[in-house]
Amino acid sequence: MTDVAPARPSRRRRSSPVADPVAASAPIRTRALTKRYGDIVAVDALDLEVRAGEIFGLLGQNGAGKTTTILMLLGLTEPSGGAARVIGLDPARRPLEVKRRVGYLPDSVGFYGDLTGRENLRYTARLNGLTNEETEGQIEHVLEQVGLVGRADTATDTYSRGMLQRLGIADALLKSPDVLILDEPTTSIDPIGVVEILDLLRTLVRERGTTILLSSHLLSQVQSVCDRVGIFAAGRLIGVGTVAELAERFGDGAAHLEVTVAADEGDAVGPDPEAALRAIEHVESVSWDPAAAVWRASVRPASESGRVREAILRAAVEQGLRLTSLRAIAPSLDEIYRIAVAGMSRSGFTTEVGS
Amino acid sequence: MTADARPASPGLAGRDAGWLVVARKEFADHLSSARFVVLMLVLGVAAIVPLYFASDAIRSVASQVVDSRDAFLALFLVSPKEVPIPNVFNFVGIVAPLLGVAFAFDAINSERTDGTLPRLLSQPIYRDDVVNGKFAAGLAAITLVLLVVVGVISGFGIVRLGIVPSADEVVRLLAWVVLTILWVSLWLAFGLLLSVLVRRAATAALIGFGVWLLVAIFGQLIVSLVAGILAPVASAGSIEQALSLTALSTAIARILPLTLYQEASAVLLNPSVTTVSTPTTIGQWQQWQQQAQGQVMSFDQSALLVWPHVIALFAMTAICFAAAYVWFMRQEVRA
Repeated sequence: MTDVAPARPSRRRRSSPVADPVAASAPIRTRALTKRYGDIVAVDALDLEVRAGEIFGLLGQNGAGKTTTILMLLGLTEPSGGAARVIGLDPARRPLEVKRRVGYLPDSVGFYGDLTGRENLRYTARLNGLTNEETEGQIEHVLEQVGLVGRADTATDTYSRGMLQRLGIADALLKSPDVLILDEPTTSIDPIGVVEILDLLRTLVRERGTTILLSSHLLSQVQSVCDRVGIFAAGRLIGVGTVAELAERFGDGAAHLEVTVAADEGDAVGPDPEAALRAIEHVESVSWDPAAAVWRASVRPASESGRVREAILRAAVEQGLRLTSLRAIAPSLDEIYRIAVAGMSRSGFTTEVGS
Repeated sequence: MTADARPASPGLAGRDAGWLVVARKEFADHLSSARFVVLMLVLGVAAIVPLYFASDAIRSVASQVVDSRDAFLALFLVSPKEVPIPNVFNFVGIVAPLLGVAFAFDAINSERTDGTLPRLLSQPIYRDDVVNGKFAAGLAAITLVLLVVVGVISGFGIVRLGIVPSADEVVRLLAWVVLTILWVSLWLAFGLLLSVLVRRAATAALIGFGVWLLVAIFGQLIVSLVAGILAPVASAGSIEQALSLTALSTAIARILPLTLYQEASAVLLNPSVTTVSTPTTIGQWQQWQQQAQGQVMSFDQSALLVWPHVIALFAMTAICFAAAYVWFMRQEVRA
């Protein structure tokens, strides 16, 4: 699982999708999905698999092909080649059944400005064939989930961008979807709102087992919520896996630790932290961050990180190092993305991490 | 409407069809929109003003005609001498295109600019439900406006002038209303086509009103111009030459849908109009002279006379709607 697999051809899935138990249960999967606009290849032979009950992040810059992929998954645009299966159905052939069970938040979602939030949701409910009794309760429920009950009866003309985004999520949740596809869900939402939205997504997965595919170009924002991420660049998926796996695959090979040591108080002088850290095997460099008042140690190779942490704890006991905290710093997805894209433009490879 | 080949969906049983949901929402939007109020006022004024000025004339006509059989339809045909306003059917012929374009020019492109189109299309409805629903809603709103206007005029005639329509007149009036709905739906379909093709609603409106001006105001000028170029007549030309020029300009004018509508309206509303066109040979002209006085047609004869006009208008509407439909189905969801 954590092993870094080299470029794996998609032969396995292409040969027999049904025989593969993972592929058969995956709510979203694509094989060699391609979309061309004239000479431009927007999505290039995409093999994607989103497992049941996970939050999958599709990460990439604007224009990387994320939205085009999503539109093909919903049957809103026809693929030029390859195939997609959403909840086991081909969205190009049976769009209605797919759209009945998949909630979708479009990129920069819009609402009818002269209608209130509630009226807008009511229209969506009717389009989904909800009965009148179901509708009002369901609307109230989703409005509560996104925290818009207070403003539900004002015209959406007066909403801020962030409120429209929340209403869009409510709109997608209205049909109680099995799969939720969110295109840039956190864009233009304030930081506190982002935390609330991400909490909501986690709750949905936990309580309803919803499968969520979200796309974003704000990597650091969604890093914490995604079980797995796929890095998308120029229409190709250049890496798939957990953030840790991708860090190992694309990182510079070093892991980073943050060590906090209590300040010296007169007579109780401990050993020099820098020297103590440097003495540990595999510690490549140690630096002092005066702003955060912490020591940062980089470990190479990254796989030795666990052993180094153990060694630091041992040093604290044996040498009297006044350790107050020790933690591994999660690699930043922005960093991984930068390296991955740079690597792709050098060699043009396609690879998959994990399985 | 264009046939849509889509599979029967078992999941939709017992639910409202998608187009109906769209149409209901759009119709409600139309009724509460400012343009509906404005157009209602314009048409209302257009119906009342000529009636008010012409009521004396109608009353005197009604008292002279012994059985007063044409008096009711005269409400729609009179044009007052005091003010330069065309009679009701000419006025509707000119204003109805405006009505059609006004209710459709922003149907699709506003959904695009507001960012509601991807959300709407991601609901479990077919893509053509959007076009069909919007067309149906526009048609319903316009039909409502027309019925109100016709109702007001009829009510005025019955209450103020004491003219009670005969059965034949009611049938003729209803036929004319259907013809007018067809006439408006041509422009509604044209507006819908513009809203699909032109991304900016304001540009679509400008194009729509430009075409309307061309057809309604300059149409006749262009027809005479083209006919004059094709068959120039010397000032001292023979009557044959003059008549052949008339024949030519009639043929050219019939390319314009407005001509079709006005000719058909004249025949339907006035039983004494027995031909759709002016005579173009001397023989026809002499015949026409002899028949002109006192000849009255029954409704089915009139209907037979305008049938080609109705078919032509219907064909134009179908072409506009089909073009809008096909184009919309092929368009990318994203702008």
